[in-house]
Amino acid sequence: MRKKRNLWVRTAISIVVTLVGFYMVFGPREGTLAESFTWEGIKKNLSENINLGLDLKGGSHLVMRVKIEDYLKALTDNYRQAAFDAAKEAGLSVTDVTEVSENGNYSITLTFSDPSHKEQIIEAVNRKVDFNNPNAPWTQTSTDTSITWSLPIQSQRALARQATEQALKIIESRINTFGVKEPTLQVIGSEDSGRIMLQMPGVEDPERVKRIVSAESKLELMKVVSPPYPSPVQTYATREEALASIGGRETLTRKVFPYTERDSTDGKPRFVVVETPAVIDGSELRDAAAVSRTGFEGDYQIVFSLKPSGAQKFGEWTERNINNYMAVRLNDEVKSIAYIKSKITDSGEITGRFTKASAEDLALTLKSGALPAPIEYQEERTVGPSLGADSIRAGVTASVGGLIFVAAFMLFYYRGAGINAVIVLLLNMLLTMAAMVFFDATLTLPGIAGLILGVGMAVDSNVLIFERIREELLAGKTIPQSVDLGFDRAFVTIIDTHITTIISAIILYMYGTGPIRGFAVTLILGLLINLFSAVYVSRTIFLWILQRRPNMQRLSI
Amino acid sequence: MIRIFANINVDWMGKRKWFAGVSIIVLLAGLISAVGREWSEGGTSAFNLGIDFKGGTFVIAKFKDKPSIDEIRSALQEVGISDAVIQDSTDKKDEVLIKVPTLGRREECPNVDEAGRCFVKKALDSFGKEAEANLSLEEDQEARYKIVGTEIVGPVAGAQLRNQAVSATLLGLLGILFYLAYRYDWTYAAGAVIAVFHDVLTTLAFFSIFQWEINITVIAAFLTLVGYSVNDTIVIFDRIRENLTLRRGESIYKLTNDSINQTMGRTVVTNGLVFLSVLALVLFGGEVLRSFSLALLVGAVTGTYSTIAIASPIALWWQSIIGVAELKQPEKETEKLASAARQSTVRRTVVR
Repeated sequence: MRKKRNLWVRTAISIVVTLVGFYMVFGPREGTLAESFTWEGIKKNLSENINLGLDLKGGSHLVMRVKIEDYLKALTDNYRQAAFDAAKEAGLSVTDVTEVSENGNYSITLTFSDPSHKEQIIEAVNRKVDFNNPNAPWTQTSTDTSITWSLPIQSQRALARQATEQALKIIESRINTFGVKEPTLQVIGSEDSGRIMLQMPGVEDPERVKRIVSAESKLELMKVVSPPYPSPVQTYATREEALASIGGRETLTRKVFPYTERDSTDGKPRFVVVETPAVIDGSELRDAAAVSRTGFEGDYQIVFSLKPSGAQKFGEWTERNINNYMAVRLNDEVKSIAYIKSKITDSGEITGRFTKASAEDLALTLKSGALPAPIEYQEERTVGPSLGADSIRAGVTASVGGLIFVAAFMLFYYRGAGINAVIVLLLNMLLTMAAMVFFDATLTLPGIAGLILGVGMAVDSNVLIFERIREELLAGKTIPQSVDLGFDRAFVTIIDTHITTIISAIILYMYGTGPIRGFAVTLILGLLINLFSAVYVSRTIFLWILQRRPNMQRLSI
Repeated sequence: MIRIFANINVDWMGKRKWFAGVSIIVLLAGLISAVGREWSEGGTSAFNLGIDFKGGTFVIAKFKDKPSIDEIRSALQEVGISDAVIQDSTDKKDEVLIKVPTLGRREECPNVDEAGRCFVKKALDSFGKEAEANLSLEEDQEARYKIVGTEIVGPVAGAQLRNQAVSATLLGLLGILFYLAYRYDWTYAAGAVIAVFHDVLTTLAFFSIFQWEINITVIAAFLTLVGYSVNDTIVIFDRIRENLTLRRGESIYKLTNDSINQTMGRTVVTNGLVFLSVLALVLFGGEVLRSFSLALLVGAVTGTYSTIAIASPIALWWQSIIGVAELKQPEKETEKLASAARQSTVRRTVVR
């Protein structure tokens, strides 16, 4: 009796799982169930349920350009500031510092009144500023009262190449973190053109991906020029007023930025004066995350933590500046201002009115690091599959042919048991696809390779079981005994082969990206499901047959 | 019931020197091909790296009457480009995106910088004339197409991905090594993992000798053949383990042979089916999937071969070194040897 109830449980589980699998793969996500029984309906559901990758379905094609000239200008700005500071620190008087950064010319000129200081200034500046970078050296010329460093064209190219490479890495990290599956990213044109081509499979919100890719995400923590707490922070209603407070124009150490207060009623930005250079910038970030205090949409903030080196610097600075105001600047806007209550070492937050999505995107882009320069999109189009529709058709035809051949052979060689094998093979493929739908995985050619290996091992499991049952039959065991022994003994082998392969696939998943992950995912799913279909369901079918015909003389195997 | 290879009795382990010889010859041929090609002046590289790894030229062509991708691919093959990536532009319907690998210098297209464009032009000229440089496609009445954009493209994260695949696979094999050492014994674990290395290297040898193109899909194929090879090896090791407990008193040498013979039916059925399915993919799967399916095909053969010819002999050889097995068919089964074997290799498996 118990055995019989056991069989009912097994049957019920097998049928329920199969039906769930069918629904996952063929079932409608929207619309009615009735539509799903037409050929058109099935096709529509399939294409909605299963995400195909760039190689199988195509997607968007974007060409973008890193604004190299902005990168070089920012670099020149930094060096100008640094050169000026270096000379001042060394106690040498410099009358002026000027900069050219346009039309492919980048140079910095220091002027001074005392010609005898020239060598000392050169030495002091070169000690602090990387004008002699072996990859991109600046050339130095001088008169009695001025020194000029300019960036020759070879160095500009080298820097452009560096910036392009850096941008490529950051963009890659951003789209991978966002979860775009197996994009292709490559530099196009000459290596110093700053142009990057991105192809990615159809994503739900391409505009959001574009924003994430091009977000500059330049974060700086700066000291606000203001009387200390408890006086309120010094802000100005207009840029002009703010500029007036520092003598009419921005200087090397004072800059003006717009600032929208969190509780401002009119939504108009006010302006603040901050000290440059910044205390800490985004490169010192260790982690960033979007959090909400209240859980309301539109009430998200970003909390971030700093790397050890940045934390130390920040800790020392905050200790010296207790009760002063600090600004968090993002790109060209001050996002939040707070006074320093006590020494802060390793964390901070960016307040502002973020929605959940925008806060998450910002955290993501902050973590990946700031782009070396802004990015502009040059071309955008949608493209077909990279494998080519013709090859996909040929591949599908050949694979289906192979499967039919395998099924025909199993039926011919194992007779009645072959039916069993074909049923569980189809079940294996159905459930693997269902699992992929469930996990919202994207199917690509490497994924199909994982599927092929999974199906191959499913066939192998059946062969192992059947051969074993045959051996037991030939050794003179009864039919029920042979089936039991066959499954039990083959199971030892099957579990070993499956666990071994799953272990290595998990490692591939952990350490791989893109195509390697795609392969590992389908393989792991396929093997786990095979343990269910080839062992559990197949045995259930055998048990049914044995129960219906207890006095069977010959097993068709 | 139909049974193939039901009652065979082959002394596989006795042929281990032949097997070793065959493997060494194949691997040496691969090594000579790789090193020779790399070192010879003006020769090809050790491996034929595809556009994913090397980059090439990216061309956008605009047609008055766009041919199918199939036709464009054959036209490119006519001029000797077999591994182009051809993508439909689905929003600008009359355009097509073609990526061709960096080609060596040939007489027809002497200018290296322009070679990619030049070869694509040669291929597309079979559909009709290209529009004059100063005219748009619409203005030139006789023209059938125009190349509207040409770019040099870099590799698709090539080297990084390849290194990642290699290091992830090595880590995976380490995982396999420990699991098998836990379930069986270090001798078997080593045999299985060395057999995997053998299979990967053999397949690489074929890729170097025949200069099949290596692209990202081939990496997936290599990952597949690693899994396949391990699976095949474990099936036979499992039978050896079972026989070790069932038939105490027989030599490991004989048990290894018998286990291979007993599972030969399964070996032939499973591997035969896999081989034929992959062969279908090689023959009918189309040009783009060819290197992928060739890697699987070589892997299917060598994966089966290495189980019998590499993994089992290595396990046996190591056991002979630690003194629990002998490398020859014993004249008479001695109780002493077998019990020694049991102590070392079987002790733990009996418990489980």
